[in-house]
Amino acid sequence: MRLLTILFLAGLGGAADAEDIILQSTTSTANSDLYDHLLPMFEEASGIRVNVVAVGTGQAIRNAANCDGDVLLVHAKPAEEKFVADGGGVERFDVMYNDFVIVGPQDDPAGIAGLDDVGTALKRIADAEVIFASRGDDSGTHRKERGLWEMAGIDPTPASGRWYRETGSGMGATLNAGIGMGAYVMTDRATWITFGNTQDYRVHVEGDPALFNQYGVMLVNPERCANVRAEEGQALVDWLVSEAGQGAIASHTKRGQQLFFPNARKAK
Amino acid sequence: MALPFVRMPLVFRKLCRKREILQQIGEAIALAFGLLLAADADLLEIVTLSLYVSLSATSIACILGLPLGAILAVTRFPGRGPVLVLINALMGLPPVVVGLIVYLHLSRSGPLGFLGLLYTPTAMIIAQTILIAPIVVALSRQVLEDLHLEYAEQFRSLALSARQVIQALLWDGRFALFTVALAGFGRAVAEVGAVMIVGGNIDHLTRVMTTAITLETSRGNLPLALALGIVLLALAMAVTAAVHGLRAGTAGQADA
Repeated sequence: MRLLTILFLAGLGGAADAEDIILQSTTSTANSDLYDHLLPMFEEASGIRVNVVAVGTGQAIRNAANCDGDVLLVHAKPAEEKFVADGGGVERFDVMYNDFVIVGPQDDPAGIAGLDDVGTALKRIADAEVIFASRGDDSGTHRKERGLWEMAGIDPTPASGRWYRETGSGMGATLNAGIGMGAYVMTDRATWITFGNTQDYRVHVEGDPALFNQYGVMLVNPERCANVRAEEGQALVDWLVSEAGQGAIASHTKRGQQLFFPNARKAK
Repeated sequence: MALPFVRMPLVFRKLCRKREILQQIGEAIALAFGLLLAADADLLEIVTLSLYVSLSATSIACILGLPLGAILAVTRFPGRGPVLVLINALMGLPPVVVGLIVYLHLSRSGPLGFLGLLYTPTAMIIAQTILIAPIVVALSRQVLEDLHLEYAEQFRSLALSARQVIQALLWDGRFALFTVALAGFGRAVAEVGAVMIVGGNIDHLTRVMTTAITLETSRGNLPLALALGIVLLALAMAVTAAVHGLRAGTAGQADA
């Protein structure tokens, strides 16, 4: 028992170090090992250690609004801009992009393989009432998917629980569930390329400009959140949009494919 | 596997699936042994943190919960019934709810935010302690109340104070209470909802076995996730065996 007490006290002392910062980010970036690739380089350059909390974009923004993080890197531009406008973040920078794809079983029951028009694909899925697994969790991917349904002029909500199934979980969990049900799933390409349990699934729809997926980064507002390590956090933001950071993003590959494409406006 | 445009008969596909699943389980078992034998540094770190967090939570829950359980076992007061119902009901607290409550308190914008404890192992210990304390209180109350009924006559004849009765009960019931502690530990080490929210599953800082399993599942690395599950099971068995060894050891001493 005494040993445990000592261990406990040692643990209290071992909480996050002063130079550490917390990055609130998304599962798509963390699950594809992007940060395992980037952060050691940043730490080497700056001496700052970054702890990543990977949740859905909606939750990441809420956590940041509660001051539980120093930097926010997510993918839902309108929500990010609202977060900054509300005083939650300082200045938002485009940092990189990739794209969304629709994956489905090999036998393609809705006949959408090869389409590069996502609206038509969604219409065919809805007409055939083939199962579609949605994130249903207010994440960046979920917001994007709802926007695409709206663009296609379809409201899948009445079909919820029938062919439109909202898992309310992360991308990976939704892929696992969708593949188990034989459903179509919209996923970001990085998660898909890294995903291990693909079974007979393949990419059916890609290449529509509407499937563009932009990531943005911003410092949590230190004027609103006194605990924010503004200097260290801004150093991370600046590094990500700098030539070095952008090059590091471009050099991250999985299974021979580049996952994210840097597109920060040239640093001043 | 199949030629394009040729559909495999459904039965055949199902058989294929089944074989794949068996293969995955086999792969997982091999992977688990591989990880254990190689004493993989990352795995060791995660296992150590899991043990540290859950054993700390169990110890704190026992230090607070066992005396409370004993007091509830021997005393009678108005409103005792509802209190017991409440504590028994709290055994069913969903870990995610505990995680949320602790998050709201420890968040920088919460009342205890100034402590800076969110996303630390300490936050995880706090959450797990809250999760398992009701289990410790409720089960120890039941165990000690039964014991108390057995010894009530003797206690009365010795004219012991309430404090002495509680001490005697806790000592005499220690073996049963070990099992109570194990039940608490089992719940703590197996839960994922609370530590995910208050710990954040941060690599090299707050990643434990269950959050690592969730992460690997979401990456679709099912064999690795399953292998980690096997390691977790082995861990729980090792702790249980250690407690049993302790019991056997002390029982032997008492006999000698």
